[in-house]
Amino acid sequence: MAEYSGVMVHAEAEEGKLAAIATELLGCGRRLADDLGEELSAVIVGSGVSNLAAEAFASGADKVYLVDDALLQDYQTDTHVPAVEKVVRQAMPRILLLGQTSIGRDLAPRLAFRLETTATMDCIELDIDPGSKRLRRTKPVYGGNARAVFTSELDPQIATVRTKAMTPLAPDTSRKGEVVNVAAGLDSSKVRTRVLEKVKQEVEGISLEAANVVISGGRGMGGAEGFKQLEELAKMLKGAMGASRPPCDNGWVPDVLQVGLTGKIVAPDLYIAVALSGSSQHMAGCSGCKNIVAINKDPEANIFREARFGVVGDWKKVLPAFSAKVKELLAG
Amino acid sequence: MNMIVCVKQVIDPEAPPSSFRVDEAGKKVVPPAGVPPVISPFDENAVEAALRIKDVQGGKITVISMGVNLLREVVKKPLSMGADELVLLEDEAFAGGDSWSNARALALAIKKIGVYDLIFCGRQAADWDEGQVGSGIAEMLGLPGVTLARKIDVSDGKARVEQVTADGYEVVEVSLPALITVSNELGEARYPTIKGIMAAKKIEPIVWKPADIGLEPEQAGAAGRKIILQKLYQPVHEGKCEIIEGESPEEAGAKLALKLREAKLL
Repeated sequence: MAEYSGVMVHAEAEEGKLAAIATELLGCGRRLADDLGEELSAVIVGSGVSNLAAEAFASGADKVYLVDDALLQDYQTDTHVPAVEKVVRQAMPRILLLGQTSIGRDLAPRLAFRLETTATMDCIELDIDPGSKRLRRTKPVYGGNARAVFTSELDPQIATVRTKAMTPLAPDTSRKGEVVNVAAGLDSSKVRTRVLEKVKQEVEGISLEAANVVISGGRGMGGAEGFKQLEELAKMLKGAMGASRPPCDNGWVPDVLQVGLTGKIVAPDLYIAVALSGSSQHMAGCSGCKNIVAINKDPEANIFREARFGVVGDWKKVLPAFSAKVKELLAG
Repeated sequence: MNMIVCVKQVIDPEAPPSSFRVDEAGKKVVPPAGVPPVISPFDENAVEAALRIKDVQGGKITVISMGVNLLREVVKKPLSMGADELVLLEDEAFAGGDSWSNARALALAIKKIGVYDLIFCGRQAADWDEGQVGSGIAEMLGLPGVTLARKIDVSDGKARVEQVTADGYEVVEVSLPALITVSNELGEARYPTIKGIMAAKKIEPIVWKPADIGLEPEQAGAAGRKIILQKLYQPVHEGKCEIIEGESPEEAGAKLALKLREAKLL
């Protein structure tokens, strides 16, 4: 019987290119594969995705498995899980990495249960145990209050990885590799879901994930009104506005602005948290930022344990003066 | 419409982070003193999702909870919100499970209940933040599923589900029976009413042991785990916040801007 070997990355496509998370996974996968002295492959599943293989090679893959089929246009559990399952059964990777994205969150557990193996979700560190050669999967638990390290004796070892937790390799377009086309072999009568509509909730300006400056408001903003001030400040700093969960749940700002464990993961140079307590769940979304600034009236707020600079005070008084000074400094 | 909702009792995730303690040797979290456990918040969203369907077209909601030391006032909350029946998988043998053993026990309990159109779970539990049990149950029962729901409408044997994506949502239609995991974008769960609390008091939970659902002891809880927890620890906080002070909040705000300029952050 064949043995499990190598590292495989499930590489998601986004607007005709590899998604940022795919290149991050390939960077991490390359390191793990080199540690094991084994091959790094990518599996790309979709419709019209053949041209993405070159990008996967440039980002570190030795081999690319392509499953290109019209039925794979949209992500659906009933089409994508069997497609990836087929490739995994054929290629038998020791390790399979996916992104902690809406697709990875759906795909990884389904696949793990179908293959009777284990998955660990939302990992922020992955390495090979020097003794056992098994994958050590470190992930935040209890909303980020603790970290757990898991291993498993079962292959393939599946892990999803948090966005922005790993570093991509510098693209090397001279790298080439082998492309393996795998027929999806799907039976459309077995697909029990149908995507009726895709709705984008557009937000003006720079996207949260790409912004170098993020201004986020929390529950203490008290309503939608205060966020206008944050938006103006974000514009002034050429940044983006975000929020913790309560403002989203209360409808003060759109859900897509949520920064945190179950929202967006951001890593700007400067993160200004206004009237935001800094729960672990929220900090999970911005812990990659070295310069967190807090404005909060509660000196005991957790955000002050995470921030580099802070002002203890009512944001309604602190923020306008802060913004005015920022404007003056930027103008001068 | 017969609906089943799986809910988990967890340490209150809203407890102050400073009260959070890990027993590293025991590889477990020490429940903070004086903070009662709660239903995992996303599971409350899942209860709310089922109640909204019941509000519109009626139906029966059975809630399942699994663990040890399940506090009745905690696990009965879905009943006081408007659910109809409570099944407790309560036994030492169910303790210490992972996604595999938990999904297996819940799937067997759901099989025993037998009649269902929709099964709801929260998108992930507030303790291990895995988000695997819902998908695991669906796999074991051979059901289609939609994860991360923010709105659900049911008609003609199908559910139309708005599924949260990174930049908005997708509308997905799924045939019933199906399993749906629910996200907070659905909206906050309702508060129990006095009438609901009184009604819940009269409902006796049904308690099942592993043998009642045909679960072999070696597949239950800690014994049925497939993943090995090697280490559990608290990340170190550097905690060096420089507090900018001023005669007034306004002055502190202005000084903060100057400080950021000095640190080359502006």
